[in-house]
Amino acid sequence: MLSLAGVVTHYGPVEVLKQVSLEIREGEIVCLLGGNASGKSTTMKSILGVVRPTAGSIAFDGERIDGLPTEAVVRRGIALVPEARRIFGRMTVRENLSMGAFVRRGAPAAEIAGDLDRVHALFPRLEERADQLGGTLSGGEQQMLAIARALMARPRLILMDEPSMGLAPALVDQVFDIIQAINRQGTTILVVEQNAAVALSIAARGYVLQNGRIVAHDTAAALLGADHIRRAYLGEA
Amino acid sequence: MPDVLQILPQQVVFGLALGTVYGLIAVGYTLVYGILFMINFAHGEIFMIGAYLGWGVLTLLLTAGVDGLHPAWVVPLMLANAMLGAGLIGVGLERFAYRPLYTRGATRLGPLISAIGASIFLQNAVMLTQGARMKVYITGLLFPRTWRFQILGVNISALLVVMAVVAVLMMLGLQLLIQRTTLGRSIRAVAEDREMAAIMGVSVRRVIAVTFFLGSALGGAAGVLVGLYYTQIDFFMGYSAGLKAFTAAVLGGIGNIRGAMLGGLVLGLAESLAVTFMNPAYRDVVAFAILILTLVVKPSGLLGESLPESEKV
Amino acid sequence: MNWTRPASTSPPGLAQGGQVTWVRHGIRLAGPAAVVVLALLAPLVSPSEYWTGVLARICLYATLALGLNVVVGFAGLLDLGYVAFFGIGSYLYAFLASPQFGIHLPFLVALPIVVAATAVSGILIGAPTLRLRGDYLAIVTLGFGEITYLLLINGDRPVNITNGVNGILSIDPPALGRFVVTGNRQYYYLFLGFLCLVLIASARLRQSRIGWAWQAIREDELAARTMGINTTVAKLQAFALGAAFAGIGGSLLASWQRSVFPENFLFTESINVLAMVILGGMGSLAGVVLGAAILVALPEIFRDFQSYRMLVFGLLLMVLMVVRPQGLLVARPRSGTRPLPEAPAEPTGSPPRPAAS
Repeated sequence: MLSLAGVVTHYGPVEVLKQVSLEIREGEIVCLLGGNASGKSTTMKSILGVVRPTAGSIAFDGERIDGLPTEAVVRRGIALVPEARRIFGRMTVRENLSMGAFVRRGAPAAEIAGDLDRVHALFPRLEERADQLGGTLSGGEQQMLAIARALMARPRLILMDEPSMGLAPALVDQVFDIIQAINRQGTTILVVEQNAAVALSIAARGYVLQNGRIVAHDTAAALLGADHIRRAYLGEA
Repeated sequence: MPDVLQILPQQVVFGLALGTVYGLIAVGYTLVYGILFMINFAHGEIFMIGAYLGWGVLTLLLTAGVDGLHPAWVVPLMLANAMLGAGLIGVGLERFAYRPLYTRGATRLGPLISAIGASIFLQNAVMLTQGARMKVYITGLLFPRTWRFQILGVNISALLVVMAVVAVLMMLGLQLLIQRTTLGRSIRAVAEDREMAAIMGVSVRRVIAVTFFLGSALGGAAGVLVGLYYTQIDFFMGYSAGLKAFTAAVLGGIGNIRGAMLGGLVLGLAESLAVTFMNPAYRDVVAFAILILTLVVKPSGLLGESLPESEKV
Repeated sequence: MNWTRPASTSPPGLAQGGQVTWVRHGIRLAGPAAVVVLALLAPLVSPSEYWTGVLARICLYATLALGLNVVVGFAGLLDLGYVAFFGIGSYLYAFLASPQFGIHLPFLVALPIVVAATAVSGILIGAPTLRLRGDYLAIVTLGFGEITYLLLINGDRPVNITNGVNGILSIDPPALGRFVVTGNRQYYYLFLGFLCLVLIASARLRQSRIGWAWQAIREDELAARTMGINTTVAKLQAFALGAAFAGIGGSLLASWQRSVFPENFLFTESINVLAMVILGGMGSLAGVVLGAAILVALPEIFRDFQSYRMLVFGLLLMVLMVVRPQGLLVARPRSGTRPLPEAPAEPTGSPPRPAAS
């Protein structure tokens, strides 16, 4: 569904992504692991067209999307749940969700209303807070909102950038349960995470990114079992 | 002293009415600033061009010998012409003078200098094509002097009421658009977090252009209103009006639409009162004094949020 | 403050590793030397008194532009109201050397007083702006410029200080002992002398500790503060020095024109001087002088198209920002070190908020 081949991306003179290649098949949950400054966010930005790769190609459903403006990439059915939520704090929950559906402007109102219901079913708390300003929600609620907002676009692929960041462990479990639920409903998911343990617990496959390079790629089980991965990202077992 | 107190209510009313127009121009500034974080220095000139465009319609109707001129249809026509023209010029400005600059990651200096250049260019373009002498709005033909009334000893002309009402209606209309429509939401989204808005599928380029159009159109409308009331317009009127409107926008909280309206009212009132009590030649100093005070004491303005620590120097 | 040289120091074009060849030395001196000779000989080839006057005006504006260069080019403070200092300097000189108050101080006595007083005004005007950045700083300084103009033009009521719209006339020409400066040629050499002084002062300032502080502030004020630079003092110093240079310019104008009018000090003059700095290349001394020369000379050359002058000027500013925002000449890096690198341009994303705190 989504494939990156030899992607090289620079920030000014600095080469952040060095020949990154990865593949996500439809219906999967794939995780991309790495520490700080490993290039995880840049990978997301490259896929979304926020940053333009200097070399390599990115293809979605067989069509090249590298070099396209963000609006065009998103319209093809890719949504982002950004790092640190980045919901629109000055808009209400309801407005945030309707922004999420922006990309489907032409769709019939009933369809969008249906999606709204589905989102409320997954996140009842958001329905309660429909008219509250996004900025007044707690961290966990903002994360829910960010995911819900992405769902409103009815994407085929969701990119999640560090969904566990800044959340208490109980909330993290909740969020990842929801991610699994979303996947079961048919959405492909790429999870980018520092918290390897929880990411590998729901993913089928994983890539490990280090200093802009893919250094490992295997099934989740294999990665969990690999000693050096465990030591680097999971702490001594 | 008693004379002053006698004319005080008059001055208050006048100040508030003038304030609504300041607010209208200020809203244009604030809209653009909220989206681009740049001060469109040429906004005053767009206001001036609006005034000329309105004058053009009026003069055309007069020279064509059209009968039955009534403000109820003439004024909307003038406004429409001015708003459309001003809006388009604003869009053109953004496209050719500003957009090339921020897509290159230019320093903050670039857009400001370009805006100053645009301001000078527009001023002189109008001067060269329309002449350096002022033009006159023959408002008397639309609004007979007899159309005035008295409330509590204050003389109010129908013209003043129309001016204020139109300004307020436009600002309310804009507020509605921003708060209730999808377009308005996308403008707010781009203003708050441009990258995320793009990731939501918003065409940031288009939103910026629309915002410029709206802000400039409002400025153009204000030009017509000012032209009608003061009857004299010249190519230089945009300069001080622009600075005062900017003051109003800052006073209310730059980037905040309701703030711009409030700032306009406060400024209009303050100016009117100040002129009552002191040398009218220093009228403009009032605006600058308010500006400097605001920026030194509470830079976020009356309705603005205090900026988060990370953005303070 | 301990500045260590970064590992690879020499920018291309300058001497490698401290070794200087005589050839390089010679070439570096040849350029400026030629300019100096040209400058000294210029009035001799000037076709008329009028054109000598133009040359004098170039020197005058170059002095002003160098002053603004300290504020904008060195310290990065966008001052749109620089004309205020020019006006203050001019009028102060007029107060000290004209019938207005009956004071007739000689040129060499009045000048330092004016410069000192104008510098103080620089501190006064700069003080409220210290916490402002970018656009806000620009507009506030513009406001001060306007206020100054209004004060000048209305300064004849209730007490006649500035003589209002009529200006102050019959200002004494510069006299050094029994020798009174007469004729544009003599004025030219006088102005040229001051221009050289100001040039040397600018160059010295740039190399000095305060110059480093200014550059640090210009690049990143927050970082500068964390390095221990007292940004408040440094900024005020920039304003004071910039104003001082304007004070010189003002005195020169007043004693040459033999009169001062409020109309000499409009906002357009601020932009004019700013354009010289930007066109020439901010921070580059030679560039600024070049900018002044171009912007004074061109309108003279195209006198016939006088009415289009401002139109073209506005267009020039817009085009310049798109095509060559760094100006014609790039500021020469300080010898031995490389200029601080630009932050890499973020490909897209929100522009920085010009926060005012």
